Amino acid sequence: MSHFTHISVQTQDFDFAHEYQKLRDSNNSDGALVTFVGLVRDINLEQAVTGLFLEHYPAMTQKVLNQIVEQAREKWQLGSISVIHRVGQLCVSDQIVFVGVTSQHRQSAYHANEFIMDYLKTQAPFWKKETTTLGDMWIEAKDSDLDKSKRW
Amino acid sequence: MLTILFFGHLKEIVETDCLRIELSQNKDSIDTVAKLRKLLQLKGNLWTEYLQYGKALVAVNQEISNEDTALNDGDEIAFFPPVTGG
Repeated sequence: MSHFTHISVQTQDFDFAHEYQKLRDSNNSDGALVTFVGLVRDINLEQAVTGLFLEHYPAMTQKVLNQIVEQAREKWQLGSISVIHRVGQLCVSDQIVFVGVTSQHRQSAYHANEFIMDYLKTQAPFWKKETTTLGDMWIEAKDSDLDKSKRW
Repeated sequence: MLTILFFGHLKEIVETDCLRIELSQNKDSIDTVAKLRKLLQLKGNLWTEYLQYGKALVAVNQEISNEDTALNDGDEIAFFPPVTGG
């Protein structure tokens, strides 16, 4: 096996152990593997959330995710990268997103993982609509997410 | 022909997924994003408010663009609210 980039936008769930193993098996030279998983919360802005719908712009999503991963590779020396983002109807506690990065030493993998998530949240064309006990509500973008993406 | 797409909350507000505009009818007028935005805002009410610069982001051929970006026949232009994935 050798280093790889895997990007997938999908409705189906992913198996964390399987994705982790693929990254681990991809080479023997990397000593660090950092993963992040985003989950559907049951509360947002003090409202009880019962479900989440994720819309995206298919033709653009893949392009943007590719660009984000390329930018990460330019900034840090990285091994394998896996980005999986789900779309469609999700339930509370479902997995939304997986980002896994390997590198020789931990700092690059930590930074790149955070960079990919910060950029994904502010650049990739996904929109969340929450189902709450008070009705459906589109989530509004947060300034704090924009600030986080600016620090890189 | 320009294809214009709407996503997220904006799509529900303007009650449209997709519009097509024939350039031959508006040849001189729609050669930038700013001019297309202005034309769509002429539809009035919610269109005027929610397509405002700053409120609706724009991508031309799937690349985030600005108001000066040139438009050409066959382009796909998408308007959408700030993104909220992850």
